[in-house]
Amino acid sequence: MKNLIASAAIALTALAGGALADENYPERPIMLMVSYGAGGATDFQARIVTMTAGNEDALGMPIAIINKPGAGGRVGWNWFAGQAESDGYTLGAYNVPHFIAQSIEGGVSYAADSFEPIANWGADPAVFVVAADSEFNSMNDVVDYAAANPGKLTFSGAGLFVGHHIAALQLEKAAGVKLAYIPNDKGGAGAMKAVIAGEVLGGVNNLSDAFRAREAGNVKILGVFDLERNDFLPDVPTLKEQGFDIDNSSVNFRGVMVPKGTPQPIIDKLAAVVPTMFANGRVASKMKAGGSPMHIMTRDEVIEMWKAREVALKELLAGL
Amino acid sequence: MDFLAYFGDVFTPINFGLLLIGTIGGLLLGATPGLSPTMAVALLIPFTFKLEPAQGLILLGAAYTSTVAGGAVSAILLKIPGAPANIATTLDGHTMAKKGQGARALQLSFLASAVGGVFGVLLLIFLTPVLAQWALAFGPSHLFWLAILGVTVIGTLDSSSVVKGLLSGCIGLWLATVGFDDIMGAQRFIFHDAVSGGINVIPALIGLFAIPQVIGMFAKGRRSLDAEILTVERHPISMAFGEVFSRLRALSIGTITGSVIGLIPGVGGQIAGLVAYDQSKKMSPERDKFGTGHSEGVIAAESANNAMVGPSLVPLLTLSIPGSPTAAVLLGGLLIHGIFPGSDLFDNHPDVAWTFINSMLIGQILMCIFGLYIAGLAARVAQVPNAVMAAVVLGLAVFGSYSVQHSMGDVYVMATLGTGMYFLERFGFSAAPLVLGLILGPIAEANFVQGSMIANATSSIGSYFFTGPLNLVLIAIVVASVGYSVWQELRHRRLSAQEKVMAKKDAIT
Repeated sequence: MKNLIASAAIALTALAGGALADENYPERPIMLMVSYGAGGATDFQARIVTMTAGNEDALGMPIAIINKPGAGGRVGWNWFAGQAESDGYTLGAYNVPHFIAQSIEGGVSYAADSFEPIANWGADPAVFVVAADSEFNSMNDVVDYAAANPGKLTFSGAGLFVGHHIAALQLEKAAGVKLAYIPNDKGGAGAMKAVIAGEVLGGVNNLSDAFRAREAGNVKILGVFDLERNDFLPDVPTLKEQGFDIDNSSVNFRGVMVPKGTPQPIIDKLAAVVPTMFANGRVASKMKAGGSPMHIMTRDEVIEMWKAREVALKELLAGL
Repeated sequence: MDFLAYFGDVFTPINFGLLLIGTIGGLLLGATPGLSPTMAVALLIPFTFKLEPAQGLILLGAAYTSTVAGGAVSAILLKIPGAPANIATTLDGHTMAKKGQGARALQLSFLASAVGGVFGVLLLIFLTPVLAQWALAFGPSHLFWLAILGVTVIGTLDSSSVVKGLLSGCIGLWLATVGFDDIMGAQRFIFHDAVSGGINVIPALIGLFAIPQVIGMFAKGRRSLDAEILTVERHPISMAFGEVFSRLRALSIGTITGSVIGLIPGVGGQIAGLVAYDQSKKMSPERDKFGTGHSEGVIAAESANNAMVGPSLVPLLTLSIPGSPTAAVLLGGLLIHGIFPGSDLFDNHPDVAWTFINSMLIGQILMCIFGLYIAGLAARVAQVPNAVMAAVVLGLAVFGSYSVQHSMGDVYVMATLGTGMYFLERFGFSAAPLVLGLILGPIAEANFVQGSMIANATSSIGSYFFTGPLNLVLIAIVVASVGYSVWQELRHRRLSAQEKVMAKKDAIT
């Protein structure tokens, strides 16, 4: 009996402590899991957008980045869905469409509803690049070549079931041609090297990396896989403008999420604070300096975006 | 001669202070098992947010150069290579330390590192445009042949017999297939959550080298407490200078191999030390002494892994393509200040570019001075009794494996592979070829898959992999390397057969 009372008392204090912990959240530094390696675009941007987390008007506690790279992000997201603590001290960075496409393809232990989105910080559209000395000057040149040489137009991208691959599938479908997509094992950087070195005839790559490569005089950018032209590249037309029916399904949205099961008060607090943290002036200037397009979205907007992507991707990938 | 104009900038009080902090901090981080150069640089990035661009890069550049050299400390004293770059250093370095010559090994390694490092940075300064073209010349088919060249090294590397070397290489190649495959995303041999991301090289490295030693030390126990304490020989620095420069063959083979291999994006740093070690072993008249604490082994391996530092930055600085994980992290350090590598860097921010490159040059020399200073002290590690040492090494091994990805899974992998290696070592297998297999497997596989996809779309696999001057040169080197190993093995067998006959005759008479 005595034991029972004692354990009941312990349980009660634990409950009270739990409720109190939600109110005072965060009481210690927070960790943000990035499922790509240090130095990649997601890692780099995550470090910038979280650098003001310790400010009093933000979370008041610093955010530390933990990298769990491997298999195009699958390793990190598997860990996040299965092993991460849902106490609000473990955040994760998401990349859409990557993780949604991977969950549709199968072989992973997460789905879109394994995670609770908090806020979106960036949107990096895919672009089509060719080497600076290439004979292609527009997407029509590329498609004409592909139509004349079915399956012989080699072009690189960061891997399978990532934004670049989605863009490649959309291009094949919209232009009605057969292409040879060569996934790279070293991500966007490796895919860009393949284009510049002439190993492949073209490539799909991140807008931010392509912008930098064009500044260095190494590539031409022929089209943006998005609904509108981008502020960084006002002179580059979208694929739609060039007559291909391609939407923004391949745009790489990056943001913060928590595992399912995180207490609702903590989710609410994060959803309220994190977007304002992203909007900080210092963050914006560093992101602009690094050539990384920002796109802040609130939790509700991200929930809608995830749903819309899942429908679009299921349709696109059904034909594979 | 732009770089001379900005030399003064390195010596302003703040810049030089940062250079010192980066160098000393880098040596300490590098000496800690598990903290690879990439991680050390990533750890420092947040500190550069508040600094000027040039200052931030000085800190990062100094840390990069000295972590690579610092890895030799744990490789020599504890036989735990801090990063793949230091594997070859353990082969002769640790043997020297066990003979009480730890100070000598450390001095040789720091001097050789400085020579290789300075040469590498000079290449970066003078030949960058030429080198950039060379770095781009390596496509999937060439990287595939290069990885195969690495595989041919396996057989002759640190093993009593070629067959056992090849067998442990095969175990490494097989372990490399565990996890998601990098291109297709197929799942292979994933029997536990801990290996879902494949076997990470650093925990494997730590386990394979450190754990067999720890078990060995525990097995000995306190039996021979008096006998195990080594006298650490003092070794004057002037003698080390003389020795490094009298081993010109090993020094130049190491430096040149390191610079050339360091340039190739994606392969570079991990195998430069091993290939240089193997080449200088094959070309040395004293090749039988390699592996028994021979100074040429240390010199070749360490000059190679620091020579790779400068050239490994060429693709990043000229083409804005990070050629190695560390370069990728440095790219972040540049972007955060709004500086784009490539022509923008050299045209619009020459002060940043050249101060950074100059600081790496000065950093190599500072690293050498501090390294030589601590060599004598650090060598005393050999005097620590086995029982204490085993506990310390085990602690470092767990810490190092965990810290790579903050994952207990990596610790399990480390412990499992290490325990397995303990038994393999008792049968005459060794860890170095196994790790080489683990590193080369994914390189060979990914490039073969990519190459064959391109080949199928454009021409045929035969013409893609077997034509072109660079392919043919690499294939020729592979054939020569295999032929040499076979010849060595045959000669060795004949000699040992003759010895047996002689021994029998002796026994009869």
